Amino acid sequence: MTDARTEILARVREALAGSAIDIPEPATPRDLAPVVTPDVIDLFAERVADYRAVVERCGVDEVAERVAAALPPGQVVVPPGLSIRVADAVVDDGSLTAAELDRIAAVVTEARVGIAETGTIVLDHTADQGRRAISLVPDTHVCVVREDQVVADVPDAIAVLDPARPQTWISGPSATSDIELDRVEGVHGPRTLHVLVVAGKR
Amino acid sequence: MVTCINDALYPGTGQAVLRLLRRLGVEVDFPQAQTCCGQPMVNTGYLDEAVPVVRTFVDAFAGYDAVVTPSGSCAGSARHQHSIVARRSGDEALEKAVAEVGPKVYELSEFLIDVLNVTDVGAYYPHRVTYHPTCHSLRMLGVGDRPRRLLEAVRGIRLVDLPGADQCCGFGGTFAVKNADISVAMGADKARHIRETGAEVVVAGDNSCLTHIGGVLSRQRSGVRTVHLAEILASTEAGSIERTLR
Amino acid sequence: MSGTFVGMPAFPTAAREALADSQLRHNLAHATGTIRAKRARVVAEVEDWEELRLAGAAVKERALLDLDTQLVRLEETLTANGATVHWARDAAEANAIVASIAKAHDAQEVVKVKSMVTQEIGLNEALAADGIAAWETDLAELIVQLGDDLPSHILVPAIHRNRAEIREIFRSRMAAAGRPAPIDLTDEPAVLAAAAREHLREKFLRAKVGVSGANFAVAETGTLVVVESEGNGRMCLTLPEVLVSVVGIEKVVSRWEDLDPLLRLLPRSSTGERMNPYTSTWSGITPGDGPQEVHVVLLDNGRTRALADEVGRQALRCIRCSACLNVCPVYERTGGHAYGSVYPGPIGAILNPLLKGVGHDDQIDSLPYASSLCGACFEVCPVRIDIPSVLVDQRAQVVDAHRGGVPKPEGAAMKGAAYVLGRSRRLSALERLTGLGMRFARRFGPSAWTGARDLPEAPEESFRAWWQRTDGGRKDDA
Repeated sequence: MTDARTEILARVREALAGSAIDIPEPATPRDLAPVVTPDVIDLFAERVADYRAVVERCGVDEVAERVAAALPPGQVVVPPGLSIRVADAVVDDGSLTAAELDRIAAVVTEARVGIAETGTIVLDHTADQGRRAISLVPDTHVCVVREDQVVADVPDAIAVLDPARPQTWISGPSATSDIELDRVEGVHGPRTLHVLVVAGKR
Repeated sequence: MVTCINDALYPGTGQAVLRLLRRLGVEVDFPQAQTCCGQPMVNTGYLDEAVPVVRTFVDAFAGYDAVVTPSGSCAGSARHQHSIVARRSGDEALEKAVAEVGPKVYELSEFLIDVLNVTDVGAYYPHRVTYHPTCHSLRMLGVGDRPRRLLEAVRGIRLVDLPGADQCCGFGGTFAVKNADISVAMGADKARHIRETGAEVVVAGDNSCLTHIGGVLSRQRSGVRTVHLAEILASTEAGSIERTLR
Repeated sequence: MSGTFVGMPAFPTAAREALADSQLRHNLAHATGTIRAKRARVVAEVEDWEELRLAGAAVKERALLDLDTQLVRLEETLTANGATVHWARDAAEANAIVASIAKAHDAQEVVKVKSMVTQEIGLNEALAADGIAAWETDLAELIVQLGDDLPSHILVPAIHRNRAEIREIFRSRMAAAGRPAPIDLTDEPAVLAAAAREHLREKFLRAKVGVSGANFAVAETGTLVVVESEGNGRMCLTLPEVLVSVVGIEKVVSRWEDLDPLLRLLPRSSTGERMNPYTSTWSGITPGDGPQEVHVVLLDNGRTRALADEVGRQALRCIRCSACLNVCPVYERTGGHAYGSVYPGPIGAILNPLLKGVGHDDQIDSLPYASSLCGACFEVCPVRIDIPSVLVDQRAQVVDAHRGGVPKPEGAAMKGAAYVLGRSRRLSALERLTGLGMRFARRFGPSAWTGARDLPEAPEESFRAWWQRTDGGRKDDA
């Protein structure tokens, strides 16, 4: 008996044999929009807020203060490479278990990309964002996105993201439409998403 | 192409098309060899049985500048399904004939607006009317708002919007008997929306759909009449030739 | 444990039962109406939506027409990224692979991301037979699992349940599966969602093995993608030590950039959102982050049969958005169970026959006829699957599969019609009998038509007869 791999590949080749195969060229619906204008930042903030996330805009010198104000009572975990100082935070060294993370109230991370059109934040879990579990289990996620990280639309984001990195695309807090197709925020992921859009470069 | 259902059950629709097109200066013929577009067979899965019907179709209509039909569904069949039947037949001559005739087939509103370039056909129809866009004219042919534009230009007409207009009435050819329960449920919802408009008349571009809708409306003793688009467009102050279906 | 679809009656029978359930019809009309409006609103926002549909279709088509190369490439890249790739010809092989991985880790339970493919192969039932509990963690799947019910929609498997029914299921069934529902549970969706959160959290925190499907698999980079809303997917993909993903071979796309049209088309078509709350991508193993043992099971289970069908292979482009279900007038009135498969609605009416073949099962053979061919499904399909054309082609295959056997009345009727319609003379002769025929039909006719619909009055003469008598209306029309 042939193994499954050999047989499946043989079936695929047989299924396609005899078809006149004219593989269509990939179409790019429109050009990328590399120039980020103030409109794009406004749209990003507006679209993130549409998902009932909390959105605030601030200058680079206000970030630490705004982050502190956004945090709920309780413990906070931060990734090892976070560029913002958060008082009394637990710095993740990879040793916290899921159960331990479940007792932590909030997480503060940065981000890799913000997508204006869809109001999406993409984490690629590098040092300023940390491993996936820390931005998942705590119930509040405070996420700092710099204006120069915001792109216009999905193709712009795809172009700058590295597929080798694990990624989490976040569009608002956890939600479900499973009951009568009514959207309800807050299921398993962080029920509060607080986004700080920071002007200027790091 | 008058279509088999109009030939047998709704000759008034065929007569209306004739009168309308002649009024607009078109020379109209009815090739007597015509029968049916073959859609009932194709849509039920009987492709072999559709072959002689499609052959008769292309034989009857070869050589004309345009083939006009008061049915979005039959026009769709000729334009989109005949090639499938011809390929199945393995007859290259038939494939060639289908490729020649198919693109010349027009649904009535397409012919009026795209070929004759008229929207106001000089019709008069003093009734409260609601328009149901049939699925095949809407989605297979893409007639868009052509029928509506033609109706809006009719004098005396009071056109009222049909809620859920783009939803299927539930006819669907043999679907109406193979899945009669769902077909009737869909027809009942369509009839309810029609009655909600308070219209005296529901108009559409396909008598097959109107047979189903009319059948439900009649059973409900609703008093709403079904009338084909061609009959409204053919009506003038001098005389209505609306068919006698009550 | 969920039920199975085995032994379902043919579509018209199942549909009749569903139509009689007024609660079901009300739930469906409300839910599909809501989602249709949401979808229409966010699709209208996208200026180049039609171009985007073309791009989405092209991306999937390119991968399918080059599938052997793409699959081998995917295997290479996944392996290079530290994942273990398995191949499964059918459901039994795939289930055995997942069970053996769970057993190798002494897991008595697994947590599952919502996945159509694992439902298709009956993974939960197969794992249960091996003593392994598979916990569904998507809210709707949880409702179906706790209710010992069957899924009825691709996106929202519990669409046939309203909030009051869901509250009752949670109250009576949650305790047996783990943490019970709170005493003061109301039927508010937010309260029900919170109860699911509490119930499932202990399972996420202790799970050793996670099981998922994948929305997309990128061959060039060895990346799997899961698109979700609730965060249960992130939990299952992140917290367990071991992750097994069962991926249909049609999920492959060639390049990372190919995700662009698909990630824009899917959420707007599916939940009617600009973007779904969470999308996770992973390329094998990332040291120190997430599962450190990653398996991918590439599944055929009929997909190569569908691929061999030149008309039907476009169904493999499907990205399981369920927009076609939400606009289908038949689905809206019957719900998903009548289709007898985890893939209901218009896409199910073509996908099931394509995956399983026609001519051997009346239930499957009835599916291509479960449509009025209105075309609403094609209009909304984000990857432009021409469902009506495939339905018609599948009908021809059903008819052809039964040719040569005992002729059915319908077949005889079609042959008769072909004879009559093959020559206008014959039609003309028959038309003289129209009036008689209509009277006969009205009196003794098939109740399938006349049960709820009147027949029109037959005219005095056919158009053809009128044309001949009056020379096309040129003679006096008396």
